[in-house]
Amino acid sequence: MDYAFIFSSLIKIAALLAVVLGIMNYAVYAERRISALIQDRLGPNRVGPAGLFQPIADAAKFLLKEDFTPAHVNTFYYWLAPCLAMIPAITTLAVVPFGSSLFGVPMVIADINVGVLFVFAIASLGVYGIVIAGWSSNSKYPFLGGVRSSSQMISYELSLGLAVIPVFLLVGQLRLTEVVRYQIENGWLIAPFVGDWGNLQKWLLAIPMMISFVVFTIAIFAETNRLPFDLPEAETELVGGYHTEYGSMKFGLFFLGEYVAMITGSAIIVTLFLGGWHFPGVPDGSHGWGWGLLNIFIFFSKIAGLLFVFIWVRWTLPRFRYDQLMRLGWVFFFEIALVNIFIAAIIIAYLPSK
Amino acid sequence: MAITVSRPKLNFRERLYLPAILSGMAITMRHFKNMLFGRTKVTMQYPEEKWDSHMPEHYRGAPALVRDDTGRVRCVACQLCEFICPPRAIKIIPGEFPAGDKFAKVEKFPHEFDIDMIRCIYCGLCEEVCPEQAIYLRKDYAITGFTRADMVHNKEKLLEIGGVMHGVVLKWNEKK
Amino acid sequence: MNPFLFWFFAFLMLVFGAAVIINRNPIASALSLVICFMGLSALFMSLDAFFIGIIQVLVYAGAVMVLFLFIIMLLDLRAENLRKINYVAVAGGAAVAVVFFIQICFVVGQLNAAKQPFPALTSAKTDDVHNIGLLLFTNYNLPFQIIGVLVLVATIGVVVLSKRELK
Repeated sequence: MDYAFIFSSLIKIAALLAVVLGIMNYAVYAERRISALIQDRLGPNRVGPAGLFQPIADAAKFLLKEDFTPAHVNTFYYWLAPCLAMIPAITTLAVVPFGSSLFGVPMVIADINVGVLFVFAIASLGVYGIVIAGWSSNSKYPFLGGVRSSSQMISYELSLGLAVIPVFLLVGQLRLTEVVRYQIENGWLIAPFVGDWGNLQKWLLAIPMMISFVVFTIAIFAETNRLPFDLPEAETELVGGYHTEYGSMKFGLFFLGEYVAMITGSAIIVTLFLGGWHFPGVPDGSHGWGWGLLNIFIFFSKIAGLLFVFIWVRWTLPRFRYDQLMRLGWVFFFEIALVNIFIAAIIIAYLPSK
Repeated sequence: MAITVSRPKLNFRERLYLPAILSGMAITMRHFKNMLFGRTKVTMQYPEEKWDSHMPEHYRGAPALVRDDTGRVRCVACQLCEFICPPRAIKIIPGEFPAGDKFAKVEKFPHEFDIDMIRCIYCGLCEEVCPEQAIYLRKDYAITGFTRADMVHNKEKLLEIGGVMHGVVLKWNEKK
Repeated sequence: MNPFLFWFFAFLMLVFGAAVIINRNPIASALSLVICFMGLSALFMSLDAFFIGIIQVLVYAGAVMVLFLFIIMLLDLRAENLRKINYVAVAGGAAVAVVFFIQICFVVGQLNAAKQPFPALTSAKTDDVHNIGLLLFTNYNLPFQIIGVLVLVATIGVVVLSKRELK
């Protein structure tokens, strides 16, 4: 084996994990601050300057709380579930290109040719954590949460998968680095302001891409169990849903797993529709390591922007009723995505690309 | 009888939901912006800023014992407050003035007077029932302590909170 | 691929494949099957068949087994746990498995291809996703379309059946 490859991969994994876990902690802080500001409050502002050390305090609290296992649970699966909720969310990041290159090393951990399918496959495993948590808690509310979650995730995975097909019809590859490369040459898929301005096909395609983007984003909301689709944990009806019986760090893993899933979801949206690490006018990492770092920074800034939208939507919209959720998934988004594929295919087939 | 609630008929624009969602997002964004740039001020930084100056006259805070102008603890240990107290937070052990004391005509005084502030519900019945105008509800509300024992106000603490009450009826002075 | 990884995943598959039948708890069986699928997918990937490996996870582990789990969870499991083991059936099953295994060994031993050394794998020059797509839409276009129609018919059938149940 190539030791340089293994070494650089390990460094990339460690660095990405550190950055993502850091963002995750501050996403919790941002959620609390932004929700407070939206509701005309101030939010946590005591720990450190402007409350910036709040995540550390939160983590300490999670770790120091009593790790209690209720007597009526199925212990093995009860302990397994939080891990299963966290692992898929983090694993998905392996195929996302988070930067151009740094010292000649491409900034993606595993550039496999089925990139987006890998993302869907691993993300679909995320439902096990929730289902097993609901089942092993051996209690009614968590069980209802688990059942809701499994049907919701399966329903929205369809829209998720169908929404990205126009992207790959256009790019012609499932590899995520190729999607980014295409967007560098032709502009972001939903806003193609780079490259050939006289290209009619590109401008027409921006319409189905926009629809794809909206459907995909909404499906990601549903997949990550965020409001307005947070029925698996709906506090007002299911106490806490699947994590009702959990406490301390085991609850923390569910809680933070949701944020990691948000980050990975945003990373996929950024990569597919918003140009990945590319920003018009910024050269890639082959022009010097400073630019490489800037590319990584751009990528994470875009993720931060999307996370803000996630939080903003959460504190604006009320929760859907369960039948509305299912109807929305199966009757609207599924059909919209199908018709959208059809439109995109027609544009790609019958309009000249040059 | 079952009541049928007629659902409002939505027109096409309302059924799209998107305009409503977007206007909702605009509203929350406006709140966010106003709050971010400090244009709205609703909350108060509690330990630094306090509402004390706005406290109404009739505010019911911690109950306390008072002294009068002559320096006597006004309580005569009649135990009416102990009797009326709904959560039974008050405990009084009466004592008798020795014969030569300057207040000997009052006969009794509270040897111990404890109010358990964990139990107290700030109802003000003790103040209302007191025939001697000896117990008043003051405006102290931040009653804290690290142990249960800390939360019991003894006589010294109660007198410290209560202080001296001017202009109360001094009926014992007239009594021979 | 590293032979260690092959043995690791093959062993994983065998162990959890056995766990599927040995476990008394249906949930544990279902989860063992999921791990079995993951091992299978890893073996596919080791042969550079990324697409098939990923589809294995996406379809079987991600969708089919979730539905299985969903159904199992809705069943009452206590009756299942209390049931006594039927030793005659276990012995019979084991015997059939052993006979089947011997038969496989025998048949494989007879094959000419099995006696020759395995040709060295060459890494593919083109994308396996690309190749599969090309095959499906050129050589096997008709069977592909027929399967599509078949699945559509099955879907419609399910909808019709479940609608009738509602009345």
